[in-house]
Amino acid sequence: MQKLVPSSLSRRDLLAASTASLTGAVLAQAEDASPEETAHADAGTAMRPPIRAQVSFTVNDRPRELDLDTRTTLLDALREHLHLTGTKKGCDHGQCGACTVLVGGVRINSCLTLAVMHQGDAIITIEGLGTPENMHRMQTAFVKHDGYQCGYCTPGQICSAVAVIGEIEAGIPSHVTPDLTGTPELVAEEIRERMSGNICRCGAYSNIVDAITEVAGSRA
Amino acid sequence: MTPFTYERAGSPAEAAAAAARTPGARFIAGGTNLLDLMKLQIETPAHLIDVNGLALDTIEATKDGGLRIGALVRNTALAADRRVRRDYALLSRALLAGASGQLRNKATTAGNLLQRTRCPYFYDTVQPCNKRRPGSGCAAIGGVSRQLAIIGTSEACIATHPSDMAVALRALDASVETVQADGAPRRIPLAEFHRLPGDTPHIETVLEPGELITAVRLPKPVGGRHIYRKVRDRASYAFALVSIGAILHEDGSGQVALGGVAHKPWRVEAAEAELPRGAKAAAEQILAGARPSRDNAFKITLVERTLAAVLAEARG
Amino acid sequence: MKFDRPATQNPIDRLKVVGQPLDRIDGPLKTTGTAPYAYEHHDVVADAAYGWTIGAGIAIGRITRMDLAEAERAPGVIAIVTADNAGLLGKGDHNTVRLLGGPDVQHYHQAVALVIAESFEQARAAAGLVKIDYAAEPGVFDLTAAKGSAIAPEPNELTGPVDTRIGDFAAAFAEAPVTLDATYTTPDHSHAMMEPHATLAAWEGDRLTVWTSNQMIAWATADLAKTLGIAPENVRVVSPFIGGGFGGKLFLRADVLLAALGARAARRPVKVALQRPLIANNTTHRPATIQRIRIGARRDGTITAIGHESWSGDQPGGGLETAVSQTRLLYAGANRMTAMRLAELHLPEGNAMRAPGEAPGMMALEIAMDEVAEKLEIDPVEFRIINDTSVDPENPERPFSARALAECLRQGAERFGWNRRDPRPGRTRDGRWLIGMGVAAAFRNNLLITSGARVRLDGTGQVTVETDMTDIGTGSYTIIAQTAAEMMGVPVERVTVRLGDSDFPVSAGSGGQFGANNSTAGVYAACVKLREEIARRLGFNSEAAEFENGEVRSGNRAMPIAAAAAEGDIVAEDKIEYGDLSERYQQSTFGGHFVEVGVDIATGEARIRRMLAVCAAGRILNPKSARSQVIGAMTMGAGAALMEELAVDTRRGFFVNHDLAGYEVPVHADIPHQDVIFVDETDPMSSPMKAKGVGELGICGVAAAVANAVYNATGVRVRDYPITLDKYLDRLPDVA
Ligand SMILES: Cc1cc2nc3c(=O)[nH]c(=O)nc-3n(C[C@H](O)[C@H](O)[C@H](O)COP(=O)(O)OP(=O)(O)OC[C@H]3O[C@@H](n4cnc5c(N)ncnc54)[C@H](O)[C@@H]3O)c2cc1C
Ligand code: SF4
Ligand code: FES
Ligand code: FES
Repeated sequence: MQKLVPSSLSRRDLLAASTASLTGAVLAQAEDASPEETAHADAGTAMRPPIRAQVSFTVNDRPRELDLDTRTTLLDALREHLHLTGTKKGCDHGQCGACTVLVGGVRINSCLTLAVMHQGDAIITIEGLGTPENMHRMQTAFVKHDGYQCGYCTPGQICSAVAVIGEIEAGIPSHVTPDLTGTPELVAEEIRERMSGNICRCGAYSNIVDAITEVAGSRA
Repeated sequence: MTPFTYERAGSPAEAAAAAARTPGARFIAGGTNLLDLMKLQIETPAHLIDVNGLALDTIEATKDGGLRIGALVRNTALAADRRVRRDYALLSRALLAGASGQLRNKATTAGNLLQRTRCPYFYDTVQPCNKRRPGSGCAAIGGVSRQLAIIGTSEACIATHPSDMAVALRALDASVETVQADGAPRRIPLAEFHRLPGDTPHIETVLEPGELITAVRLPKPVGGRHIYRKVRDRASYAFALVSIGAILHEDGSGQVALGGVAHKPWRVEAAEAELPRGAKAAAEQILAGARPSRDNAFKITLVERTLAAVLAEARG
Repeated sequence: MKFDRPATQNPIDRLKVVGQPLDRIDGPLKTTGTAPYAYEHHDVVADAAYGWTIGAGIAIGRITRMDLAEAERAPGVIAIVTADNAGLLGKGDHNTVRLLGGPDVQHYHQAVALVIAESFEQARAAAGLVKIDYAAEPGVFDLTAAKGSAIAPEPNELTGPVDTRIGDFAAAFAEAPVTLDATYTTPDHSHAMMEPHATLAAWEGDRLTVWTSNQMIAWATADLAKTLGIAPENVRVVSPFIGGGFGGKLFLRADVLLAALGARAARRPVKVALQRPLIANNTTHRPATIQRIRIGARRDGTITAIGHESWSGDQPGGGLETAVSQTRLLYAGANRMTAMRLAELHLPEGNAMRAPGEAPGMMALEIAMDEVAEKLEIDPVEFRIINDTSVDPENPERPFSARALAECLRQGAERFGWNRRDPRPGRTRDGRWLIGMGVAAAFRNNLLITSGARVRLDGTGQVTVETDMTDIGTGSYTIIAQTAAEMMGVPVERVTVRLGDSDFPVSAGSGGQFGANNSTAGVYAACVKLREEIARRLGFNSEAAEFENGEVRSGNRAMPIAAAAAEGDIVAEDKIEYGDLSERYQQSTFGGHFVEVGVDIATGEARIRRMLAVCAAGRILNPKSARSQVIGAMTMGAGAALMEELAVDTRRGFFVNHDLAGYEVPVHADIPHQDVIFVDETDPMSSPMKAKGVGELGICGVAAAVANAVYNATGVRVRDYPITLDKYLDRLPDVA
């Protein structure tokens, strides 16, 4: 899989990403599974005790080992098990982007991925980008440009923004890139299209684009 | 989401065999569609086979001058591939018009083909839906159907296939490579891959239980202008009302597939002979026999007008 | 403090801190993910169990059987709350329907059970095992069909009069040389705030604490106590950060009640977040309207007759969407009528959403104004200015406290390059795009509401403000800090602001764009008291004392403010209360919205290219956060114009597109750079702050400006929102 590396993340952040473990084995055996795949939950499967599995990955450089119900999403692992609540749950269905985190430097929606699928991964959340005392410059730019209102979409916007700059620099095209064989430019239109998976109902878009543009510009 | 056991598969053949052997097993790739549906208990697998470790994430040139795209190549990587951008721009464009950056970073080639409909009644588990619960009826017929299909529909289901990528692949004459439970490989032309709803809308493709997609194959490039036009209410992160994937040649000939109109990417090869006569003639034939609802009759006009714009763009 | 005379010079007028574009003081928390929202209080309450809400699967009828047996036996399940076992429940003053349904079901996805389990995954899975049988009853779900049965409800404080008549509307309209009689529709809208309604509830004996996401702490406290039948003193509501509300979190909602009941049943803290697919139907929404507008004008552009009727629907016992309210005040015209009618519907409860009344009302009125201007062949900016008024047109004795409508429109036209607009529609092209410009007035009333605060000075000179005011993204933390800093003469870093806790003095809360002016005025009042006490302790005459640079000064004597608290904290509490200034003067906010759109000539896709708002809203307390309020409102208005609609299944009685993929709101790619200009204005009638609200002004009129721009681009007039391509595709020029 292609790794998109936002250059503001250190190499160290990304090291573990390529070592996705192959230790995978059958972690538990189905005892009484339902043959009808599309049917409603039948009591048989639903009554099964939770099936647990171990997974280890790093979050913001810190190694974490978790013993989880296999059903736990990466988002819930972060929020409910590691108490890293900076990553938000807006919809739990991939429809808003509030849960955006960086896995191996690549931005994804953490609500639509299982924690157990991240064995060996390096995960960066908003808490890993910066702290109130030591903010990442994307965070500083969001404050300066008032790129938020209620703040709920904000961690997702910021994680996405950091990745978007990396994606453009890596030459990944977007829907609005005029020439597919050329190199995409760091312009507002590109930023808007690429940020469109992060909904801000407060409507801070115009300011968010200003913040990203400032950070992107200062890198050039 | 009901409890499930989880394993990471070691090889394609092993994965297919495990899936066939284990009742209620499903493959999971990007997870962006399967988990969504599992949360709503529309899908209730008892066992998940994680195929992400199968080394199916490369794009290779084939002997006949085409490309073989591994089933696990992410949508972002596929759209960004230099060869795809140069020779199959339609595919890049279709991928980039779909979902969001975050989703495309996870979504895989196979998963994208197999994503299920976005019919709102399919998603609302207390509503009757023949696709979700065979025989329960179809709440969408006579209901809110602005997004739904206008052609190839049945009395049982009027859902659309939501993939943008599949529309491009259909116009590109792609085919799907699989391994079956017994380890036997098979190749399915995309034209035959997805099914119309008929009486069994819950069966969406010709895949057999446990059959694993290993790759998608593109024939050698055919040149021409590649255009993907996706029409939607909001400018991004939205499913198509209608989309058109087209390859158009200087002599006026071309290949055209439609999204947002049917239970599968819609292409009528015979109608392509009409392309030189213009959008109206071609659209009429492509959509011959369409049975839209009151809510989505506009799609007929929309297809025609969008096709006109696509043809004009190709000329211009 | 009673505010019953126009404000004169006061310490706020120094504008050293107030009025400055400060970065938000909560910015570092929000941008680093360290601001705690309702579901995230792991530090305060460890070991909360998880609740999963089950919504009714029918719109109206009864539950005939509820089988919990399997769910109760499912792994991890602790308890299941239903109407059967919840005990006797009341209903909050601000709720129309019950928050926990059963056996009667009043609307689709009305909560009927909460499954509580050790883990989120277990609660969700067990909910799938609850079997419910219903007996559905026929209901009324289609406003158009129910319009004929709509009645004039009893007027109340919120709606004002249901019918108004001035002069002889019918005769004037019949005589007018130029007339418009058109009907417009606006659909149901969902607040769709990004943070789901969420609550963590914990009981300690009889005392209940809920960490929740709520705009109006005092309402939530009172209604929660009333619903549970317990004393309000035993309820504490805490809501320091709110991930968006827009009116959807004005009231006690099911998450709070269910978490409280769940925690009681489970005998341990429980947290509940409404699942996204439930929110659209389970909570409230902005009701759809049908609006008929008639305008008669003389050829010189003077309006002689203006009539506005509106129909909306709601649950039995519910209220009107007051879509005609701005028409009573916005334009002159000697002969006028308005009327509002309410139909009974069994869709989910309709209620306030950002600028209730005016938002949908302006969507219609401001298209109508565009239509009349075109008939008159008068520029739509000019037409509005011709009909400007400095007094309440229904009651000319009442002047507006401030009214800069004309100035907003003129400045906007100038800045936007309005003179480049071709008034003939369909004439401007840019490649595949048909280009159009549109204008609309913005209008929203200013409301005065009692608001209290407590201010404390400690021995280090730190000032702490406590009020139950909330910050829903509006910037309350920051403007309150600015107010206290200005009043006490300290830098803003020396002010700590604590909000959203029912232990703090009751404030105006966040709603109706009344939060900023009233809550800061309440802080002003408390600061005045604190200043008096500090002056007294330090031996100054409080009239003469000046508070500046951390010191109290009079003549050539100066003392550090901290010295006053050397012996212990000084605490002052007060509230702002209003006299009859709002009766003597009409207080409103005004603006002009300018929009440029491109409409794809082939597909009809409409995309906004430029947006400008010019606002006159009294003193702007913080231009940076106020601007954000306006751009956010413009964005929501863009959504209302082009995409937002809760699609009603009129057979089954529910909003079908009930998630964030189905209910489309604008994304980044929909919104261009937005410009906002604030007209220099202070309004001494509004409060000592001389401020008014902007957060709702910003949405009023935007959608119509977009609609008018689409018309200017295409020549096709669409009167039914949202303006989606299916409504005009067949009327666009041929492209084949
Ligand atoms: C909010 C939202 C918006 C979206 N918008 C768009 C859009 O505009 N256009 C668009 O095209 N798509 C859109 N999508 C859908 C997205 O593209 C799909 O979810 C994604 O492509 C699925 O890929 P995946 O790898 O995540 O599949 P998964 O979820 O992992 O799997 C999907 C299905 O494929 C099966 N499967 C996976 N791999 C294999 C294999 N190798 N062999 C056999 N079976 C396999 C799984 O068992 C499952 O049934 C959107 C999704 C969301 C959530
Ligand atoms: S259209 Fe198909 S998917 Fe939708 S409700 Fe009917 S059967 Fe189900
Ligand atoms: S919470 Fe993951 S996309 Fe909304
Ligand atoms: S800041 Fe509130 S949703 Fe973006």
